[in-house]
Amino acid sequence: MLIFILLGIFVLALIFLISIYNSLVSLSVKVKEAWSQIDIQLKRRTDLIPNLVETVKGYASHEKGVFEAVAHARASLMSAKGPKEIGEADQLLGGALKSLLAVAEAYPELKAQASFGELQKELSDTEDKVSYSRQFYNSVVRQYNEKVAIFPNSIIANMFKFQPAEYFEASEADKEPVKVEF
Amino acid sequence: MPNIYQNISSNKRDTVLVVMLFMLVISIIGWFVGQYYYEGSGFFMVGMALIFSGISGFFSYYNSDKIVLGVSGARKVEYEDAPDLHNLVDNMSIASGIPKPQVYIIQDSSMNAFATGRDPKHGVICLTTGIIQRLEKRELEGVIAHEMSHIGNYDTRLMSIVSILVGGISLLADWFTRGAFYKTGRRSRNGNRGDNGLLFILGALFLIISPVVATLIKLAVNRKREYLADSTAALITRYPAGLARALRKISQDRDILEAANSATAHLYISDPVRGSLGNTVSNLFSTHPPIEERIRRLETM
Repeated sequence: MLIFILLGIFVLALIFLISIYNSLVSLSVKVKEAWSQIDIQLKRRTDLIPNLVETVKGYASHEKGVFEAVAHARASLMSAKGPKEIGEADQLLGGALKSLLAVAEAYPELKAQASFGELQKELSDTEDKVSYSRQFYNSVVRQYNEKVAIFPNSIIANMFKFQPAEYFEASEADKEPVKVEF
Repeated sequence: MPNIYQNISSNKRDTVLVVMLFMLVISIIGWFVGQYYYEGSGFFMVGMALIFSGISGFFSYYNSDKIVLGVSGARKVEYEDAPDLHNLVDNMSIASGIPKPQVYIIQDSSMNAFATGRDPKHGVICLTTGIIQRLEKRELEGVIAHEMSHIGNYDTRLMSIVSILVGGISLLADWFTRGAFYKTGRRSRNGNRGDNGLLFILGALFLIISPVVATLIKLAVNRKREYLADSTAALITRYPAGLARALRKISQDRDILEAANSATAHLYISDPVRGSLGNTVSNLFSTHPPIEERIRRLETM
C-alpha cells in the first residue's frame, strides 16, 4: 500500500517537473524567435547601407571620415555576436548613419534625388522595425527571465542550464514594464 | 505582460461559458417549441435544436470572417496596392509578436476599423479608406494595434461565435413567434386552449426576453474587451496618446458607415450606427464604452 502511495507521489512530482520544464523550453524558443526577427531587420539595414553610401559619395566624395566610420560600424555589426555586442555595434552604426545623413543635408541636389529619398525612407522604415522587434524581444526576455528566476522553476532551470537571456539595447524605458490598468 | 496572457486564457474560458449558456437557452427554446407544437415531444425538439445549432455553429465558425467581410463590402489589398499601410501593419505585427493579418479596405469616407478571424493565424484587419486618409501615422498605428490586439486576445473568435449564436437564437425565436400566432389562430377556432395556455405564455415570455438577454451578454462582453484592446494597443505602440488622438478624431467624425448594421456594429473600433440612434439611447445598449472614457483611460496610462 505504502509503495503505491509513494509511487503516486513520485509520478505526480514528475508530471509537475515536466510541465515546468516544458514551459521553460517553449519560452526559450519564443526568445529565439523574437531574436531572429531582430536579426532579419538588422540584416535588412546593413544591406541598405552600401547603396546609401554610394549615393552620398557621388556628391560628397571628400567626406572620407564619415564613410569610414559607417563602413567600420557596419563591419563590426556584422561580426558581432550575442545581443549585447550586437546592441553596442548597432548603436555605433546608428550614430555613424546619423552623421552620414547630416552630411547629405548640406547637398540640396543630393536631397532632391529620388533614389536618395527612397533609400532614406526605407532606412527609417527599417529602423522603426528594428525598434519594434527590439521591444517585442525585450518583453519576451523579461517574461522568460522572470520565469527562470522564480521558485520552484529556478531549480529546474539550474538543473537543465537555462541561462537568463540578455536584453537587447535595454534602455531604461524598456526595462520597466508598462503599467496597464483596466 | 502577464495581464495580457491572463486575459487570453480568460477569453478562452469565456468562449466556452458563452457557448454553454447559449446551448442552454437553445435547449429551453427547443423544449418549449416541442411541448407546445408537438404535444409533449419537448426533448425530441431539444435534440433537434442542438443538432441544428451545432451544425450551423460549426459551419459559421470557419466562415464567419468571410461572411462579415462580404457583408461589409471589404476588399483585400496586397502590399503593392498600399505599401505604407502594409508597413504599419508589419510594424505592429513585429511589435506584438502576432502573425501579420490580412489587410482589407472598405471604400467609405467615414472613419472606422474592425478585426475578425477565428485565431491569430487567420486574422483579418479591415479599415475604411476614410480612416486611412484622415489619421496621422502614429494615430493609425494605434488603431491598427487596437485591432490586432483583438485578434491576439482571441476577442475576434469570441465575438464571431457570439454573433453566430445570437443570430441563431433570434432565428429560433422568430420561428416560434410566427408559428405561435398561426397556432393560436387555429386553436381559437376550435375554442379549445386547454393547459397549453400557461405554457404558451411562459414560452412567449422567454422568447421575448432571450434575444434581449443575448444582446445584453454580447454588449457586456464587448465593452470590457474594448478597454482591454485599448490598453494592449498602448502596450504594443508604447504610445497611448496616438490611439487617444485617433479616438478623439473618430468621435468627431459625423459620417455614417453605410456598410455597417446592428449585426456587425460590435465588431468596429467605434460604434458605426451611433449616428442614427443619437446619444439618447441608454448606456446599457450601446455596443461600445463611451469614447471619452476610453480616451481618459489612455491618457492616464
